[in-house]
Amino acid sequence: MYGFGVLKTLGIAFYHFVLTYVDDVKMGFGKRYTPEHLPERQGVNGRGIYTVRYPKEKLPLPERSRNHPFLVYIEETGKLKCTACGICAQACPVQCIWIERGKDPETGKPASFPAAFHIDQGLCIGCGMCAEFCPFDAIKMDMEYENSSYTRPGFVGIEELKKPESYHAKIHPTDYAREMEEKRLKEERKRKAAAAKAAKAKAAAAKKAAAAKKEQGEEPKG
Amino acid sequence: MRDVENLPEIPPELQGTVKLTTFDQLFAWARKRSLWPMLFGLACCAFEMIAAAASRYDIARFGMEIMRPSPRQADLLIVSGTVTKKMAPQVVRLYNQMPEPKYVIAMGACAISGGPFKEGYAVVSGVDKLIPVDVYIPGCPPRPEALIHAFLALHARFEHERIRDLKAYQKGVDDGIPIPSLGPDLVDWRRFEPLMEEAEPVKEAIHG
Amino acid sequence: MAEEAQVQESVQVKGMPQEVFQALSEHFPGEIKPARYEGALVPAGKIVEVIRFLRDEMGYCFLSNLTATDYYEVKGVEPHLDVVYHLFRMQGGYAALHVEIPRELEKAHLPSVTSLFPSAMLQEREVYDMFGIRFDGHPDLRRLLMWEGFDGYPLRKDWKEVYYEGETKPYKSRYPKGGHPIYAEELSPLKDNIRYPEGWAPQEWDYDEADRLLYERMLSAHRDPDKPLKTDEMIINFGPHHPSTHGVFRMAVRLDGETVRHLEPVFGYLHRNHEKIGERNTWIQNIPFTDRLDYINGMTNNWAYVIALEKMLGLEVPERAEYLRVIVGEFSRIVNHMLAAGFFSNELGLYFTGSLYALEEREHILDLFEELSGARMMFNYMRPGGVRYDLPEGWLEKAKALAYERIPSKVEQMQHFLLDNDVVKARTMGVGVLPPDVAMASGITGPVLRASGVAYDIRRAEPYSLYDQLDFDVAVREHGDAYDRLAIRFDEIWQSLRILRQVLENIPEGPIVAKKPSHRLKVPEGETYGRIEAPKGELGFYLVSLGKFNPYRYHIRSTSLLNLTALSDMTRGLKVADIVTVLGSIDLTMGEVDR
Repeated sequence: MYGFGVLKTLGIAFYHFVLTYVDDVKMGFGKRYTPEHLPERQGVNGRGIYTVRYPKEKLPLPERSRNHPFLVYIEETGKLKCTACGICAQACPVQCIWIERGKDPETGKPASFPAAFHIDQGLCIGCGMCAEFCPFDAIKMDMEYENSSYTRPGFVGIEELKKPESYHAKIHPTDYAREMEEKRLKEERKRKAAAAKAAKAKAAAAKKAAAAKKEQGEEPKG
Repeated sequence: MRDVENLPEIPPELQGTVKLTTFDQLFAWARKRSLWPMLFGLACCAFEMIAAAASRYDIARFGMEIMRPSPRQADLLIVSGTVTKKMAPQVVRLYNQMPEPKYVIAMGACAISGGPFKEGYAVVSGVDKLIPVDVYIPGCPPRPEALIHAFLALHARFEHERIRDLKAYQKGVDDGIPIPSLGPDLVDWRRFEPLMEEAEPVKEAIHG
Repeated sequence: MAEEAQVQESVQVKGMPQEVFQALSEHFPGEIKPARYEGALVPAGKIVEVIRFLRDEMGYCFLSNLTATDYYEVKGVEPHLDVVYHLFRMQGGYAALHVEIPRELEKAHLPSVTSLFPSAMLQEREVYDMFGIRFDGHPDLRRLLMWEGFDGYPLRKDWKEVYYEGETKPYKSRYPKGGHPIYAEELSPLKDNIRYPEGWAPQEWDYDEADRLLYERMLSAHRDPDKPLKTDEMIINFGPHHPSTHGVFRMAVRLDGETVRHLEPVFGYLHRNHEKIGERNTWIQNIPFTDRLDYINGMTNNWAYVIALEKMLGLEVPERAEYLRVIVGEFSRIVNHMLAAGFFSNELGLYFTGSLYALEEREHILDLFEELSGARMMFNYMRPGGVRYDLPEGWLEKAKALAYERIPSKVEQMQHFLLDNDVVKARTMGVGVLPPDVAMASGITGPVLRASGVAYDIRRAEPYSLYDQLDFDVAVREHGDAYDRLAIRFDEIWQSLRILRQVLENIPEGPIVAKKPSHRLKVPEGETYGRIEAPKGELGFYLVSLGKFNPYRYHIRSTSLLNLTALSDMTRGLKVADIVTVLGSIDLTMGEVDR
């Protein structure tokens, strides 16, 4: 009959309306809106009100989330990990990274640290190519998204961009673990190579000493 | 108008029933809760704006779910997406048609500075070359939470505005921003107004 | 004669099946030669006959791609403009045809093929806009993406934009002497992205030329000479800013009362110069730019570009990467079709209710994508030879829960919500009918074509990735009206869920990329046309490489632009309110139309 289709549609809408409050009634009013229940409410099996009440509730961002880049510095020495190789400036699709290579204060030759490092915040699209191609893990993507401003965003330099390595470890735990693993493997390989070299040198020295002793032993006879 | 600090003391028996405030504060309180954005989605950022209006990052909590397509009924112009030269006259025309008080948010890298397409020949490098902007949101596209954060920043601005300084209440006639035309390239008439008095064609001052 | 025939036989040609080249050489003796990289080189005067021969005798019923390249200052090549045509049959690869014409404006013209294939209407206008090539016999040769009166033809190699810094990226100023950075505005004397020609007088310019040409075309097209009574007609604009969520798109409509007599779409309000910027970028830097094409389903744009690159590089993709690509591609397809159905209900007047259901599911899928690739919309996930990231922990369980339980139940609800509704049926059945022969000749692809009864799906016609091993049906409907275009999207979602059930089970272990590409990738000389079945239709990339670090020509064959070719035919005779219905059922994204 004409009109049943519309009733069916209204029925589905009513079903959604009822679904909104079913869990409230089951769990007791108010218990669904606690921070502990937020992942359940936002998960695959959540039904009912799906809203995240920003700014009171903030969704935790996954690890690979990217917004704008930042430079990593080592806290003990205060130096940046960046060696001013320039690969990030070449890989950036919008060319928003400007690097000036530093000079060695005594010799005046180019050195591996950046004298100036600027990023145009109004231009960066947050693609992550700089972090992907950096061979020294010196530039990483931050996930801060609350950076609206009253003035036009412009160039930022090293002072605004640098953040400590502990911050990087906090927001990217698996990436940091991978970096530590690679560092450990590299050190292990170096240590093994040094040990092998030392053992080889020792063997050569022992052989030489044995040969010299043999000669000495033969001489008085001859 | 008295300032907030100089308001008289409320006697203790009336503390629960009387509240003293200034017109400015009342005005700001009302405006914060019913700012109507205009449904002006140009490109990809429009989808994050729509997602902000959807059920997960509900902006109806702030009274802003009424997204009017008509500029006559909107207070806030969210420029979400790249502004191209062909679209520039329409953006300015819509801005002129909005009633005062009006605000502009530039959402996304394209509206701030042209974004990834800045070097193109048909893109305006930033919407603030055409209309005045109040809040900028970097990102490509910015998350819906970042958009809501920008709304809160805009609300914070209302606290400092006084009614007597609002443009709508000043004397005089406001013709709006002159609408750009499409010549061999985009023509912004504010650049040419000082020269329009001269009858001669523009020569080497402006060729690139 | 026998020796000549033998010499012809031994000519190997790429980009066209060998027997087709044979047949062409026999039918047009002495005039067909192999082109520089792929396909056959045809003299300019013969192009219409050659295409007619291919269409009628050899069964090439789709003209997919029509574009041009400017060969200028290339070593060993005389400067010329090269127009290329890619034709397809119902099954198999393409036949490429090239025509070479001189660069000077007076001499750059060739016959138009719109009488054979209406899909050339918009593409020839775009070639005229970007290169200045005139097509003789085209019914309405106006600029498509830029406005009339714009100074110059932008995609020519000697036309430099205002913020021009260098022929290719990376620019030298960024490193190693980037110490004092400058904004790009400083490069222009006007401090803006604007340049006026010398001696131009602002007071004397005709600013209304673009609209005047448009309205002349509106008044003259499709006039009924036998109409006895002269009634008043008016031209109205469905302007670039309107409540529909499809973006900045303008239609000029000539109405007789409430009935549509002719409709002319106007493009270019979101023209962002992808192709010119693409020529400046390196090969890898283009991948984030492809994300911005069809921004609703981001993963499939990357895929099309990466497939074209892999064809040129000859790369093999590891098995695990193929599985990951199919998974994210099919999830993107589900998102796109749900949003299309939701926004279609928006057009019909269900102010936002349908879209809210679709947007909630989109949020769940975007959560998955954000865990996998790092962003909610611009994924930047695929690389030539594989994908960027591997699966994080717990991702597969969430994906399975979504694909096996949640999405099927929500899609079924939405299907009943929209398709069983009497009001939707009354408003969409019989509205905007698209006959199958018109659809095939107009270059329409994707669900719009399949709703008209043509069972053409690139996943079956020219399989790529894992699709030849997967078990799924091609969704087809017969009537070709707006209701079928809505219903077919749900059919395709069910097929996508079927595919996901197969791929989510046994993802093989292994590397996700054969060898990580360097940021300075060099691609050997050649050209190619790579395409995939994107959710909206056929998304193709035409790439020409001269063996350097960046493309020489980068052209995007856009799905939504060609799906709009038949819009005026579909809406003739309908009422004003039906225009919005038809437009919503085609499912556009302006980022793709205007690039």
